[in-house]
Amino acid sequence: MSVDKATVARIARLARINVPEDRQEQLVGELNGILDWIAELDEVDTGAVEPLASVTGHGLPRRSDEVTDGNRVDEVLANVPETAGGFFVVPKVVE
Amino acid sequence: MADLLSLSAVEARAALDAGEVSAPELTGAYLTAIEETGALNNYVAVTADKAMEMAEASQVRIKADEAGLIEGIPVGVKDLFCTAGVASTACSKILEGFTPTYESTVTGNLWREGGVMLGKINCDEFAMGSANETSAFGPAVNPWQAADGADLVPGGSSGGSASAVAARSALLATGTDTGGSIRQPAAFCGVVGMKPTYGRCSRWGIVAFASSLDQAGPFSRTVADNALMMQAMASHDLKDSTSADTPLPDLMAALDKGVKGMKIGVPSEYVMDGMDSEVVALWEKGQAWLRDAGAELVEISLPHTKYALPAYYIIAPAEASSNLARYDGVRYGLRVEADSLDDMYGETRAAGFGDEVQRRIMIGTYVLSAGYYDAYYLKAQKVRRLIKQDFDTAYETVDAILTPATPTAAFPVGRKVDDPVTNFLNDVFTVPANLAGLPGMAVPAGLNADGLPLGLQILGRPFDEATLYSIGRVIEDAAAFDAVPSRRAGGAS
Repeated sequence: MSVDKATVARIARLARINVPEDRQEQLVGELNGILDWIAELDEVDTGAVEPLASVTGHGLPRRSDEVTDGNRVDEVLANVPETAGGFFVVPKVVE
Repeated sequence: MADLLSLSAVEARAALDAGEVSAPELTGAYLTAIEETGALNNYVAVTADKAMEMAEASQVRIKADEAGLIEGIPVGVKDLFCTAGVASTACSKILEGFTPTYESTVTGNLWREGGVMLGKINCDEFAMGSANETSAFGPAVNPWQAADGADLVPGGSSGGSASAVAARSALLATGTDTGGSIRQPAAFCGVVGMKPTYGRCSRWGIVAFASSLDQAGPFSRTVADNALMMQAMASHDLKDSTSADTPLPDLMAALDKGVKGMKIGVPSEYVMDGMDSEVVALWEKGQAWLRDAGAELVEISLPHTKYALPAYYIIAPAEASSNLARYDGVRYGLRVEADSLDDMYGETRAAGFGDEVQRRIMIGTYVLSAGYYDAYYLKAQKVRRLIKQDFDTAYETVDAILTPATPTAAFPVGRKVDDPVTNFLNDVFTVPANLAGLPGMAVPAGLNADGLPLGLQILGRPFDEATLYSIGRVIEDAAAFDAVPSRRAGGAS
C-alpha cells in the first residue's frame, strides 16, 4: 500500500495539521518510504494470534465512585491562550 | 573535598552524611559545572534559585538525621516531566510557555527522597528521535568528541540527560524510554541507563508519547547510583492505571549478589547487517566476563526480532497521533489565530510541531484510519504478541539476556540521512524490550578504536530489575570503564 498526494492531504486534514502543498509532495515520498519498510510485517504469519495492546498483565484497577479531586478552575485555566469568564475561548463555531 | 564532581551519588550521600560536604556546596559545584559546559546545550532551563533552596532544605534534613534516599543529590530532569511552577515543554514549540500547576509522580518521588532539581534537560521533541536533533531548542551535544573534533550526538530521545550525566553537569538525571530513549543515549555517552519494567514508574505527569510503551528511568555514572535512583523514583500510583502494584525489591542489596549459577541468554538474531565489528567484539567480551564470574551463557533464539522495529513504527505513531491530539491551541501552549476553529487547530499544529513529530502523527493517523486499521495496526499488535512470546519462551530457560546496546557508537551531529528509516535503525536492539514491557539496562563496557564509548544491554524478566543490577555490577567491575569525555566539567580541556 502506498499514499499519493491526495491521501497525504486527507491524512493531514484528519490530523488537523495544515500542511502546505509543497510539503505534501515531500511527505508522499517520506511516508511511502516508511510504509514500504513496515510492509515487512506481511511476511509474518499472524493467523491465529490475538493482538496485544497492553503488557501490564492486569486489568484496569477499579476504585469506588467518589469525587476525590476538583474545584481547580484557576489551575485548569492557568495556561489557557484565551479565556473569558472561566471558559476556554475558541473562534466562533456557530453563526 | 577536592573534586566534588567526581563523587558518585553513593559517595556523595556518604560525604553529605559525614559532614565532609554540605548539600549547598555540592549543588553549587553542579550549577557551576552547568555554566562551564553550556556549549553542550544539554539544559533547556537551569533552575538555580530553586536548586539552592532545595539544597538548603536538604542540609537541614541531613543535620536532623532525616535524610531521604537521594538527599542533597543534584538531579537533572528531562523536559518531558511536568514540574510544578517550572516551564515544561517536551522540547516542542507547541508547549511554549506551558508551566504546569502540578508535579509528575516520578519527580515528586525524587524530591520527597531529597533530590535537588538543577533544571530541565534537552531531549528530542516529544521524545521522538534517536539523536536529540528534533528538539525545538536545537541539538544537545555529546561530551565525547570525534577524533577530528567534530560534535557527536548524545543519542536520543533522552540525549541531554545522558550528555549531562557524562559531562558531570548532573549527578543523576531522569529519562524516558519508549523505544530505547534511555539505553541508546546511555550507551552513546558512556553512562548507565535503566528502562524499568512497564508499570514500575508512574507515567502520571510525564508528557505522553506512546502510552503502552513509555517508561521513565534513571541515568547515572555507576550501576550502584542507578539502583539508588531507581529506588527513589519507582512507586505504585493510583493516578496511573497501568502502574504496577508490585513491590520493588532491595536493589542496593542486589548489587553484590554476583552472577554465579545464573543462565544468561545470547540471542543469535541480534547479529545484524551494518553492525560495527567492534560492537560484536565487545559483546563477546561481555559474555566472557559473565562466564568468568560463574554464569552459564546459553544461545537462545528470539525469532521475531527483525519485526520489532516495523511493528514499533506502527504502534508508537498510532498512540502518538492519539496522545498529541490534545495540542489544539485551546487549553495550553501555542495558539495561532485563524478565522475558523478548524484552521486555528490546523495552523497551530502546523506551526507548533516539528517535521519528525508531524510525520509520526501522520503515519499514526493513517494506520488508524478506516480501511487500514486491520492491515497495519492490528497486524502490528499481533506481531507484538509474537515478540513478547519469544521472550516468554526464552525466560523459561534463562534468567536474563545479554545484547549490544546499539549497533554503532555515537555519530556526528547533522549527519545527513536520505530517509527517516535509517535513523530508526539505532533502536534495533532496544525496541523489543518496550514492546514486551521488559526491563533493560545499558552499561558502558568499553571504547571503540576512535575512543568512543560502547555499551552492553541486559534484558530481564518483568519486575526483575534486581537481577539486571547484579549482572550490571559484574560487567561494570570487569570492564573497569574509567574513561572520561573530553568536554566534561572540571576537565582539563
